[in-house]
Amino acid sequence: MSAIRNFSIIAHIDHGKSTLADRLIQWTGMVGERQFRDQLLDTMDIERERGITIKSNTITLPYNADDGVEYELNLIDTPGHVDFSYEVSRALASCEGVLLLVDASQGVEAQTVANLYLAMEHDLTIIPVINKIDLPQADVEGTKAQIEQELGLDPDQAILCSAKEGLGVDEVLEAIVRHIPPPKGSLEQPLSALIFDAHYDTFRGAIISCRVFDGEVKPGDQIRFMSNNAPYKVEEVGIFRLQREPRKKLTAGMVGYIIAGIKTVSDTRIGDTITLEERPAAQPLPGFKEVKPVVFASIYPVSADDYLALADALEKYKLNDAALIYQKDSSAALGQGFRCGFLGLLHLEIVTERLEREFGQSIITTVPGVQYRFTLADGQIITVDNPMHYPDPTRIKGSEEPYIRASILIPERYLGAVLKMCLERRGVNSRINYPTPGRVEVTFEIPLAEVIIDFYDRLKTITQGYGSFDYELLDYRPSDLVKLDILVNGEKLDALSMIVFRTRARDWGVRVCERLKDEIPRQQFKIAIQGAIGGQVISRSTINAFRKDVTAKCYGGDITRKRKLLEKQKAGKKKMKMVGAVEIPQSAFVAVLKTENE
Amino acid sequence: MSDSIRKNSFRFFSLTTDHWPLTTFPGLYVHIPFCLSKCAYCDFFSVTDLAWIADWLAALEKEASLYQDRFGSFDTLYLGGGTPSLLDAAQISALIAGLRRHFSFAADTEVTLEANPDDLTPEKLQLYQDLGVNRLSVGVQSFHDRELVFLGRRHTARQTLQALEAARAAGFVNLSLDLIYGLPGQSLEDYRKTLEQALAFQPEHLSCYQLTYEAGTPLSRRKARGEVAAATEEAEREFFLFTSRFLEERSYLHYEISNFARLGEPDNKSNSQVINNTKSLYRKPETANRKPYFYSRHNRKYWSHIPYLGLGPGAHSFQDGERWWNVRDVKTYCRALAQGWLPVADQEVLAPEQLRLEALYLGVRTSEGAPLELLRQYPGWEKTLTKLQKSGLMEVKRERAVPTLEGFLLADRLALWLTAGEAAEEARAHASRP
Repeated sequence: MSAIRNFSIIAHIDHGKSTLADRLIQWTGMVGERQFRDQLLDTMDIERERGITIKSNTITLPYNADDGVEYELNLIDTPGHVDFSYEVSRALASCEGVLLLVDASQGVEAQTVANLYLAMEHDLTIIPVINKIDLPQADVEGTKAQIEQELGLDPDQAILCSAKEGLGVDEVLEAIVRHIPPPKGSLEQPLSALIFDAHYDTFRGAIISCRVFDGEVKPGDQIRFMSNNAPYKVEEVGIFRLQREPRKKLTAGMVGYIIAGIKTVSDTRIGDTITLEERPAAQPLPGFKEVKPVVFASIYPVSADDYLALADALEKYKLNDAALIYQKDSSAALGQGFRCGFLGLLHLEIVTERLEREFGQSIITTVPGVQYRFTLADGQIITVDNPMHYPDPTRIKGSEEPYIRASILIPERYLGAVLKMCLERRGVNSRINYPTPGRVEVTFEIPLAEVIIDFYDRLKTITQGYGSFDYELLDYRPSDLVKLDILVNGEKLDALSMIVFRTRARDWGVRVCERLKDEIPRQQFKIAIQGAIGGQVISRSTINAFRKDVTAKCYGGDITRKRKLLEKQKAGKKKMKMVGAVEIPQSAFVAVLKTENE
Repeated sequence: MSDSIRKNSFRFFSLTTDHWPLTTFPGLYVHIPFCLSKCAYCDFFSVTDLAWIADWLAALEKEASLYQDRFGSFDTLYLGGGTPSLLDAAQISALIAGLRRHFSFAADTEVTLEANPDDLTPEKLQLYQDLGVNRLSVGVQSFHDRELVFLGRRHTARQTLQALEAARAAGFVNLSLDLIYGLPGQSLEDYRKTLEQALAFQPEHLSCYQLTYEAGTPLSRRKARGEVAAATEEAEREFFLFTSRFLEERSYLHYEISNFARLGEPDNKSNSQVINNTKSLYRKPETANRKPYFYSRHNRKYWSHIPYLGLGPGAHSFQDGERWWNVRDVKTYCRALAQGWLPVADQEVLAPEQLRLEALYLGVRTSEGAPLELLRQYPGWEKTLTKLQKSGLMEVKRERAVPTLEGFLLADRLALWLTAGEAAEEARAHASRP
C-alpha cells in the first residue's frame, strides 16, 4: 500500500489538464511515441473537440521513482465542468492528493478556486502546478502571486511545467510520490469500496470504477451496493491500463474496476459503497447523494417517422449515462418525443450533440427549463418540470423556483457590466471580493432559470472571454410564476410554452415573437405570432403574406440553379412542422434559444 | 422546314394556342462576353478587356468545330452577351461565317442579335441584314436619361430613338426591346412613358424585367450599403400588373413572366424581302386566318427542354437530358480550346424526376402552363391545384394547369406547392397524431 498514490488533476477548462495527463502516461512508458494521440484519456470526439473531459477515465501508471521504489500511480481523471461537480467530488474522495493546474497565461479562474475548495473539503494534499510556461504571454510570477493570495497555497512549492513541451514532467512525477501520502486502510476490515464512475461495455455491461478503502474484493465474491442493497456476483476485477487489465483481487488502497453482471450504468450509483454480502461494512462511505437533474427540455425527432429510432438511441445512450433521465412527452406541434432531465446545460448539449453525431438522430430540442414547485389550493405541493403540466392558475396558492449561488471571477474592468447582467437576471445578495489587485470575484444568488439560457455566452461576450463562472444549487424560493404561451395564428405552439417569472414574461414574449418572425418563412397569408399569459396577449409580431415571389429572368444559365433551389426548398418543406395552416421550420425552435448577438 | 417535321412537333407537344407552334429543332446560342463597360445591375458574364476578342473568336470557331456533328440543323441562332453589337464588321462577319462552316441552319432560322442602341449605326444595321440577322434585341432599358445613368448604361434616350428608327429603316421587321422597371424612386408615370415610347415603334416583342439586385453586382453592393432603396414588394406588384395590363390591352400576349409578343401582322412584302436576302425569316403565318405571335423562338427552347448548344465562356447547353456549361473565364476558355479541349466547367445528367420538376416550374412561368399529366406524378397535387384555383392563382385549360396573372406573381411558389403538397399534408397528418 505504501507504493500506491491516488491523485487527480484539477484545473479550469483549457488549462491543459488532458495534455498533462497524456504526458504522465507517456513519461511512465505506458505508450510509445508512435501510438501517442493527443488527449489519450478523452476518448470521445466531443471531448477532444471541446477540450473537456465528460466521462472520466482512470489509469494506473507504473513509476520507478528516484528512491528506487516502483510505484503505482492511480490517475483519476475528473470531468471538467460544473454540471458534473458531484462526480468530481466522488473522484476526489477516492484520492489522497491533487495536482492543481494553473495556466501561466490565464492565471487563477473561478473553477480553479471551486476545485481547490472541493479538494480542501476532502483534506487532500494539493500540489500547485503552473502550466504553459513556454507561452510568450506566460506570467509565472503573477500566477505565483495569485496562488499565494487567491488560493492561500505556498507558491514556492509550485512546479513549473509545460505539458505541451514536456518540461517539468519529471518534477511532477517525483512530487506526486514525495508529497502525496500513500492510502490508508485496512485489509482486515470488511470490504468498503467507493464507486466514482461507471462505463458501459457492450459485452460485459457496467464496468464500475472504484477505490477500495478497506478489505478486498475478488472474482466470485457476492457483493452488495449499500444504497439499495442490490446484490451481484463479481465476475472480474482489475486495474486500468490503456485497456482493462484483470487482477486476482483489488485490495485496500487500490483503484480499479469491478465487473459483476450489472446490466447498465443506471443500475449503479456514483458515490455508492460496495461491500461484501456475507461480511458487510458497518456503514457506507460518507458523501453519497442521489444525482438529480436540474435542467429539463424535450427532445423531438425532426421527422415523426423517426420517433422509434430516437427512442432506441436514447435507450442506448442511457446505458452509459446514468445522469440522464427521460420519459415520453408529446406535443401537438412536434408530435411524440421525450422529456429529459439533465445535470446542467452542458450535459444537455452533450446529450443532444451525441444523439445527433453518434446515433445519427435529427432532433429538435425545446427551450430548457427548471423544476418548479407549486402549492395548490388544497395544500398539495407539486413539482413541474414541463410547461405542459403547468397547473390551472386559479388553483395555485404559491409558487417557488430553485436558486443557485453563482460565482464569477473577472478582471475588474468588467465589474459594472457583470453586476448589470446579474441585476437584470434577478440576482440578489451580491458580494464582491478582490482576491488580487485588478481581479474581482462576484458571488450572488440567482434563480437557476436565469442562467440556463444564454447566460454563459452572454457572460463571455460582456467580459470578452475573461469571465469564468461556477455555481452551486441553493434552495427553492417563492416566486411569481406564469406560463407563457406562444400562438401562431391563434394556435398554440405548445413546444415553445414556458414557465417564467411574471415580470420577465414580456421580455421573453417579445424575444420569441421577434425570433419566430425572422425564422418562419412568409406564406400566402398573414401570420400573427403572439405571446400570451392565459388569455392576455403580451407580445406580438406579424409576418406579412408574400404577394410576389417570382424571378424576372430564366434563361439557359438559370435553369439548373433554379431547379436546385427548388429541390432544396422541397427538402426543407418536408422538415416543416405544420401548426394549423402555418409551416414552421425546425430552425424556428432552435432560434428562440440563441443569444441576441448571434 | 419540311411538313413532316412540323407534324411531328405537333404530335409531341400539346399546345394551348394554335398560334404557338413549337419547333423541335435545336437552338444555337453564342455568348459574346465583351462590354465597353459593366452595367450596375448586370450579372451576365462579360469582360471589358477587348484585347481578347481575336483569341476568343479563334477559340469559338474551334469550339464550333468540336460540336460539328453533335446537333442536327438549328433553327435559331442567338447572339447574346455581353454586347454582341460592339464587334466590328470584320469580327461579326467572321463569327457568323465560322458558324456557317460548322453547322447547318433551317431555312427559316430565327437569327437574333443583342444590341446596344449606341452601336446601331445605319452601316452596322445593313451589315446585320446582310449577315442574315432577322431579329434585333435592343437593350433599351428606359427612355429616361436619369434612369439610364442610374443603371450604368452608356446610351441616351435620344440615341435609342435614332437607333430604333434606323433599325426599322434598315428593314428589321422583328424588333425586341428590353426594358427594366422597378428602379428606386421610379413612379408608375415614369415607367408608363417608357412603355409608351417603346410602343411608338410597335416592337414585335418586349422583355420587361423587374430590376433585380443580383449578388455580386455594384448595384447590390450599393443596396447593401443602404445607398439605394429597393422598390417595395407592393410597388413591384403594381409595376408587374401594370405592365401586363398595359401591354395586353395593346395586343401583346404576356406569354412568359417577363416576355410579351405582339400578334403578327402578315407583311409578305417585308418577309419575302428577308427571305431573299438571307434565306431565313421569322415564322410565317400557318394559314391565312391565323396570325403568329412574335414570341422568341429561341428562348422558348430553354423553357421546353428542346436541345440547345451554347458556345462561348459561361454558355449552357442541353441535350438528351444532359446539361453542361462552359467556364466563366475568357482566358481559360481560350486556353482549353487552343489545346483542343472542350471548355466545359461542369455537367449534370438529369434524372427523370429532375426533368419533370424543371418542366413543371418552367411551364408555370409561361402562359402555356404545365400539363396535368406532369402534375399527376406528385401525390396531393389535385388538392393543391384545387386550392390554387380557388385562390385565383391557377386555371385548368385543356388538360393544363395555367397560371393566372396573380399566379405569375407567385410563379416561384407554384411549382413548390404543386410538387411538395404531399410533404406539407404529411407533416400536418403527423402533427395531429396523438
